[in-house]
Amino acid sequence: MRVLGIESSCDETGVALYDSERGLLSHALFSQVAMHADYGGVVPELASRDHVRKLLPLCEEVLSRAELDLSSVDAIAYTAGPGLIGALMVGGSFAHALAFALDVPVLGVHHMEGHLLAPMLEPQPPEFPFVALLVSGGHTQLVKVDGIGRYTLLGESVDDAAGEAFDKAAKMLELGYPGGPQVAALAEQGVPGRFVFPRPMTDRPGLAFSFSGLKTFTLNTVNAAKADGSWSDQTRADIALAFETAVVETLAIKCRRALQETGCRRLVVAGGVSANRHLRKVLSEQMGKVQGEVFYARPEFCTDNGAMIAYAGCQRLQAGQRDGDRIWAVPRWPMAELPPLDALCEDGLREPSN
Amino acid sequence: MKLLALDTTAEGCSVALNLDGQIIEQFENAPRMHTRRIMPMIRELLRQSALKPADLDALAFGRGPGSFTGLRIAAGIVQGLAYGLGKPVLPVSSLAATALVAREQNPGPVAVAFDARMAEVYWGTFRVEEGRVQPLEEERVCPPDRLSLPTIGGDERWLGAGAGWLLCDEMPKSVCDAVTERLLEAIPTAGAIALLAQQAWLEGAAIDAAQAQPVYLRDEVAWQKMPGR
Ligand SMILES: Nc1ncnc2c1ncn2[C@@H]1O[C@H](COP(=O)(O)OP(=O)(O)OP(=O)(O)O)[C@@H](O)[C@H]1O
Ligand SMILES: [Mg+2]
Repeated sequence: MRVLGIESSCDETGVALYDSERGLLSHALFSQVAMHADYGGVVPELASRDHVRKLLPLCEEVLSRAELDLSSVDAIAYTAGPGLIGALMVGGSFAHALAFALDVPVLGVHHMEGHLLAPMLEPQPPEFPFVALLVSGGHTQLVKVDGIGRYTLLGESVDDAAGEAFDKAAKMLELGYPGGPQVAALAEQGVPGRFVFPRPMTDRPGLAFSFSGLKTFTLNTVNAAKADGSWSDQTRADIALAFETAVVETLAIKCRRALQETGCRRLVVAGGVSANRHLRKVLSEQMGKVQGEVFYARPEFCTDNGAMIAYAGCQRLQAGQRDGDRIWAVPRWPMAELPPLDALCEDGLREPSN
Repeated sequence: MKLLALDTTAEGCSVALNLDGQIIEQFENAPRMHTRRIMPMIRELLRQSALKPADLDALAFGRGPGSFTGLRIAAGIVQGLAYGLGKPVLPVSSLAATALVAREQNPGPVAVAFDARMAEVYWGTFRVEEGRVQPLEEERVCPPDRLSLPTIGGDERWLGAGAGWLLCDEMPKSVCDAVTERLLEAIPTAGAIALLAQQAWLEGAAIDAAQAQPVYLRDEVAWQKMPGR
């Protein structure tokens, strides 16, 4: 089955063609990051406007790169949520109409399931069951994964997501948007140990996260440095490193706990923050010590992309799951509510038939 | 020719077929239900006329102005259909479609006003004659007190159309006085869009699917830029 995947939940338009036999055939992405950078964050109306401009040209690009035409598309998958409602509606409307025109099935998939399954596109994909750490701009979650659609939430952030914390720290450090990669780059120049940040919620049992205290701590540190005259490029780098280290170690501690609690030996890390090299290094070392394995997507598939949607959609479409005529756009949608692969879904994943 | 038109720019959700000049239309009052209703309505309309999507020659849509979300649903649907079928698109102004709805049986000049929120109106002036809608000025968005009417022949009477005329008290007196007759309830329909699209088609105005874009009119909303950008 050859699936055209469409992602438009936030500030990137992504399209990809995935073949269940041959794997990923091609993909294309347009990032709106430069446009939103002027505003210091995503402006939903501008994001939606850009998706309507970019979606169709990206589809053409993906097909021409794969040297195929529309007649070779067997099904269409699009991101139905969670995300920005207006942005989701663009992808959903286009996907439904295209599927109708081509007379092929269409399915609205879950954006976080896309992130979660992105490592499946790599040469050595993880086997089920595993523990997944989802760390992105909107989510920080630990999930036990027993199969597609069989998710148990183990813990999540009670406030900011890890990616969001990176973005906010970036602003305080006078860096641009999105902040994650820029904080990480600045942290490389940092001197370890000059600042020590707390490791929130690691002193008590449980798998919940909290990053808003770290944000306040960062702000206080920045303000103190500005007040005592020590604010400099080196100080910024040192703060960036202390911040990054605190986030990374907090995530690592919780991953270790989740693996212990579930008895899993495999860890999958997905979402934009999983591109962070420091995080990958610490988790790889930690998993090495316990003879466990850790899996990631390639960096370009850590952030939003069409390939993960095409892949996730393909798994479910092959199992016969599909939308009816309703275009789904679901801004909030807990991943644990997803039906398993063997559930009968003829009117989308939100409303299984039994 | 066979043309499918749709409109989701306002509270209504409507689809229409133009089969060599004969209009078959379905309209539902569906505020915030467009994503539920539009595909079933398209499917049903084609079924009733025993048409397959591939039988269509072109697609038309209400390109705005109107609800931003609605415009994008229409544009997304039409792009998907046109791209999948390899057929061209005819975008139609929702103000012009409303002008036709208001003046279909009763030709003359018409001033269409939609409530654009934020204390502004979307505004377009047209002359409707023999089922054709001629724009008199460029469409715009502005506060009601800054509206004006173009000059027309002395014995002609303006007709006001659209819910934007509810803001009449805030319009200049000259505008209000010139427009005594008003059809507040006039809204764009897929049927009117299908008629206007047919003319545009004959004039060679069809475009590629990728060019089928909404016309928002309001392009500078107060999004706060970062200092220095
Ligand atoms: N190298 C990195 N280090 C740290 N954070 C990073 C890195 N690269 C990206 N990020 C962060 O990842 C986030 C973007 O990831 P992603 O695109 O998965 O999130 P999203 O789609 O906005 O949110 P969600 O997927 O939860 O809806 C941003 O917050 C960004 O700062
Ligand atoms: Mg994401």
